[in-house]
Amino acid sequence: MNPRIEPIKGYYLRTTIAGVDQRVYVEEAGEGIPLLCLHTAGSDGRQFRHMMNDPRITDHFRVVVFDLPWHGKSSPPAGWEGTTYQLDADTYAETILTVKRDLELDRPVLLGCSIGGRIVLQLARTHPEEFAAVIGLQSGVAVPPYYDRSYLGRPDVNESELCVALMSGLIGPAAPSADRWETLWHYAQGGPGVFNGDLHFYSDQRDLLEDVAKIDTSLCPLYLLSGEYDYSCLPSDSAAVAEHVDGAEFAVMKGIGHFPMSEDHDMFYSYLGPVLNSARSRRGKGC
Amino acid sequence: MLESLADTINADAALVRRGRYVNATMLWDLGDERYAVAIEHGRVVSVQKPHVMATWTFAVRAPLSEWQEFWHADPKPGSHDILALLRRQVAVVEGDLHPFMANLMYFKGVLAAPRQGAK
Repeated sequence: MNPRIEPIKGYYLRTTIAGVDQRVYVEEAGEGIPLLCLHTAGSDGRQFRHMMNDPRITDHFRVVVFDLPWHGKSSPPAGWEGTTYQLDADTYAETILTVKRDLELDRPVLLGCSIGGRIVLQLARTHPEEFAAVIGLQSGVAVPPYYDRSYLGRPDVNESELCVALMSGLIGPAAPSADRWETLWHYAQGGPGVFNGDLHFYSDQRDLLEDVAKIDTSLCPLYLLSGEYDYSCLPSDSAAVAEHVDGAEFAVMKGIGHFPMSEDHDMFYSYLGPVLNSARSRRGKGC
Repeated sequence: MLESLADTINADAALVRRGRYVNATMLWDLGDERYAVAIEHGRVVSVQKPHVMATWTFAVRAPLSEWQEFWHADPKPGSHDILALLRRQVAVVEGDLHPFMANLMYFKGVLAAPRQGAK
């Protein structure tokens, strides 16, 4: 392979979130409309590397990805050793708004997957004027428990291996092998308790469809894309959101699971491309 | 129905290695038929139909029709992973779940072994 440097730059943002000093790792690529991307529970911003390397996207968008505190290259805050990590909706929303403000992102398109797909529904409702559009991947209001999460926190279970196994079936069976296993590696690298801490937001908290129905898509367009092999957030869960939000656009992605951007970028782009074109057009019209 | 299970699994060196710390008996309930799958160090040492009293570490239960969909070479969404069956509440796993959860990737391989060569 000829050596080359990818057109991605990374840096650390020093900021305060919910009264806690944080050092947040950010990557970005491209120029144009800001496209702020939110990774899944227990993983990090590497999930978006294909998007940040795709000129079909970066020719029009400044793709900005950050690792949530405790994830990827965003270390936990000082004193983490005496605390138990637990993500909640308010802190998550404040984190996103803080990064947006600190990086001076002007009406970005906000794209989130899984936990990110959940929080974009909240931000579309509470801060529609701050975003040109939101794109929810694997977006639903709630997930019922389907395995015992206590096994994630036991010293007699390898949490890294368990996270890999739990996520392995959430990838489409025909996804490219290298991308499948890289997606799982990100899970293998999560810190102890971090995935489960994210699941506090994803599984223990929930939105209500009647609250989601308050999203005004004339102020903030809502796009929903859902992978057909995802059994965490089922396509029917995203469809329920779409049915409750006037003007929401929804599509089921064939062959895709829970990690569209990292498991099969080419297949994902066949669905994402038209959405990004639509978001660009509507933002240009002041929508 | 699971006559070739031991040969299939024991011939898969990567899977056996993944399960090298597994010593357990899994009761595999297919609805009308039940099999006690005894595993030592990742190798299947016996697959038996228990008679009246079965001893097992944990049991995995689902109707035969669900297993047949699960074993399809190109399973449809919702039938492609044991956790998908749990999510749809058509399968249950019960008993001492520690070996199952601590070696989940291994047992996913065991449960999917009949998929090899499926049409």
